[in-house]
Amino acid sequence: MNLGELERMEQENLSEREQRPQYLGIEIDRRDFLKVLGGGLLVCLTPLPLLAQESGRGFGSHELPKDISAWLHIDADGHVKVFTGKVEVGQNIRTSLAQAVAEELRVPFDSITMIMGDTDLVPWDMGTFGSRTTPTMAPQLRNMAVAGRELLVEMAAERWNTDASKLVAASGRVTTPDGSKALTYGELTRGEALVKSVAGDPPFTPATEWKVAGTTVPKANGRDFVTGQHQFPSDIVRPEMMFGAVLRPEGFNATLQALDTGAAEKIPGVSVVHDGDFTGVVASDAFAAQQALGAIRAKWNVPQQQGNQGLFEYLKNNPEGQVGRPDHMVGSVAEAMSGADVQLESQYTVEYIAHAPLEPRAAVAEWNNGKLTVWTGTQRPFGVRDELMQAFHLPAEKVRVIQPDMGSGYGGKHTGEAAIEAARLSKASGKPVKVVWTRQEEFTWAYFRPAGLIEIKGGARHDGTLVAWEHHNYNSGPAAIGTPYDVANQLIQYHPTKSPLRPGSYRGLAATANHFARESHMDAMAHAAQMEPVAFRLKNISNPRLKAVLQTAADKFGWGNAKSTPERGFGIACGTDKGGFVATCAEVTIDPATKQVKIRRVVEAWESGAIVNPDGLRNQMQGAIVQAIGGALFERILFANGRIQNPLFSKYRIPRFSDTPEVEIVLLDRKDLPSAGAGETGLVGLAPAVGNAIFAASGVRLRSMPMAPDNNKIRT
Amino acid sequence: MGELVLNINGKPYKVNAAQEETLLSVLRNRLNLTGTKYGCGEGQCGACTVLMDDAATRSCSIPAAAAAGAKVTTIEGLEQNGKLTAVQQAFLDEGAFQCGYCTSGMIMSITALLRDNHAPNDEQILGAMNGNVCRCGTYPRILEAIKRASSQMASGGGR
Repeated sequence: MNLGELERMEQENLSEREQRPQYLGIEIDRRDFLKVLGGGLLVCLTPLPLLAQESGRGFGSHELPKDISAWLHIDADGHVKVFTGKVEVGQNIRTSLAQAVAEELRVPFDSITMIMGDTDLVPWDMGTFGSRTTPTMAPQLRNMAVAGRELLVEMAAERWNTDASKLVAASGRVTTPDGSKALTYGELTRGEALVKSVAGDPPFTPATEWKVAGTTVPKANGRDFVTGQHQFPSDIVRPEMMFGAVLRPEGFNATLQALDTGAAEKIPGVSVVHDGDFTGVVASDAFAAQQALGAIRAKWNVPQQQGNQGLFEYLKNNPEGQVGRPDHMVGSVAEAMSGADVQLESQYTVEYIAHAPLEPRAAVAEWNNGKLTVWTGTQRPFGVRDELMQAFHLPAEKVRVIQPDMGSGYGGKHTGEAAIEAARLSKASGKPVKVVWTRQEEFTWAYFRPAGLIEIKGGARHDGTLVAWEHHNYNSGPAAIGTPYDVANQLIQYHPTKSPLRPGSYRGLAATANHFARESHMDAMAHAAQMEPVAFRLKNISNPRLKAVLQTAADKFGWGNAKSTPERGFGIACGTDKGGFVATCAEVTIDPATKQVKIRRVVEAWESGAIVNPDGLRNQMQGAIVQAIGGALFERILFANGRIQNPLFSKYRIPRFSDTPEVEIVLLDRKDLPSAGAGETGLVGLAPAVGNAIFAASGVRLRSMPMAPDNNKIRT
Repeated sequence: MGELVLNINGKPYKVNAAQEETLLSVLRNRLNLTGTKYGCGEGQCGACTVLMDDAATRSCSIPAAAAAGAKVTTIEGLEQNGKLTAVQQAFLDEGAFQCGYCTSGMIMSITALLRDNHAPNDEQILGAMNGNVCRCGTYPRILEAIKRASSQMASGGGR
């Protein structure tokens, strides 16, 4: 899937089912798996009403519908296992999804175990990205939980020969209204194996009545993370496991001229693996593997390539494919601009940046009787399974991908490079093999948040009414490219271009760039129209949700209470993407002598419908602000002629404790609205708010992210 | 390769390792003590932090041989008889993590900081912690966890 397709899919909210691959016709036979579950109630979610019949008792020998998007199982002891292809990467969905199920099933939170991201156990899933888990997976799980609860209540009614509507389900039991009779869910199933498939849209418990959802439940398995017991992908150990390492080219698009592995092969316990263009080593210990890799002599020819120098001209002049139609066009921008009192036209740029998850790519692979099992860190376990199937010409049932909760990804772990490498080395050596990428490999051979050039023209009347808006994004992506302001004449267009570096997904991908450009431009327009920036925005916003976060952030921040000075500036920005609404205020100080900028205080107001876990949401927002500081001020990939020049933490600066401002998060809980995802959009307001604050203090308008890459000195 | 005896979490371990092999590599790849994490290999991120004679040490940046004779404590060695330390408990109470990959190193650095100074000021906290990276950005919560643990330790509760 390329970047444009990915973003468009997220944008257009295509259902995941439409993305389902063709091979599902040969779905895995899951009967063995179902036998393992034993007695109890299995609830499956199917897409078609046709299949949504009682499929009868005894799933042990029953053929399940092929097309199931989720399932859950309640065993005879009342333990609930929920199966989903979504994965936990630190965004806390292992907890928040379990809360949603506990709520609808009326069971204690602790009775739920989430089985996630294991391709042999969970239904197919496209992947965990685009802030889709909360708006798409949570309702599917709720759906099943409601159906399961209803079935159990009906069973109790049948047992007691009474009216089901009078019975109460709570704390994993069904009781009569007077409490005289009670049966646990486990007792109700009587150890039989029951199956219920559902396709309907049952009414969910309204957020105003939530008891488990909507509350702060601590991170599931939190204790394992403070004791070092949790096994991340790179921590997996298998019996007789070997360690692998892979020879990397000297640069991108390099061709191998000469190779000498003689010295490496002489190291005891080391074997060198050749497979086409692939050269790797396997050793019984990790140190020897690295030593062997270092002993390989390879000569590469690296062609001349585009680097940072002239990058934005390159993007502008190298379209990918035919120039398409505008994403959005209404009225006539040209006409409205010519008649506008305030006219402003600017270019904005963002650089390539790295995800730099603290756990680099890692995988452990093993082969047993022709079946490949890989433990790896990925946001797309089924995508990695596809890659492995393709690489080794295997059918789906011969590949299992298991994703232990991992050291995050931020959109950077959609692909299965390490999985394929480990599998290749394991196949050659006949033993399980672990491959853990070095930091330098992660910085170089993963993919990047794309650089982009954005051109904006804005026109307004003297009274601040926007009349024209034109926004072109070259390369960085179409997410949140549309303006949330009311403008009669608009031309909005994303231009795919050739990318010198391998581009990919990223937390808040293009929404960050598009908001940086738009909200910086809005600030500049406000100043040009001699209007106060909040008043200027409010004049052009009719969306009540956007208005609410903007006003809330301004109020909490004390916007307008103090005037900016050359040494202290205040800035504000707002926006929306993926169903979330955000407004961010920033206070910065600028050292008059050194021109170094420091972000002192940030207030962010956030609204994404009904809040599922307030503390988890607050954590996401705090983290989003801290992470966004990197791209706003100093993160950028430096590259030239096919080589990354800063592939280490000592050369690529990421936010640290000393960069952390005082952060205040204000959450607006809209219990009347469905919950949207909140993993990404919390980032988008920070950079423009900081840029606007720098302008307020210094009068310097910074239109390039990062804004202070040289030792935090603002670009001048 | 040479034989080393390391004292880790109060237990002696006999290890065969190369002269230049790092303590981190020995812990993770030879002793399966995987609570200590690899993050950068150049002492820049703190994920690999362990205690050597109670001092926070980047295990990726010293050879294992240099740890022979020292008392090494890893994240696995903090919990005693099922009881968490004040720092571990404070992380749970503050929810001071997201993905949790930096947590081991953070906890080890804070443990060293608070051992001798139950009430560090902001400057001392920065001095001790700025070499530990949390890419998820949970620094505000980790700072709260430090405050919580330090006040508990200052009042004589917890270790």
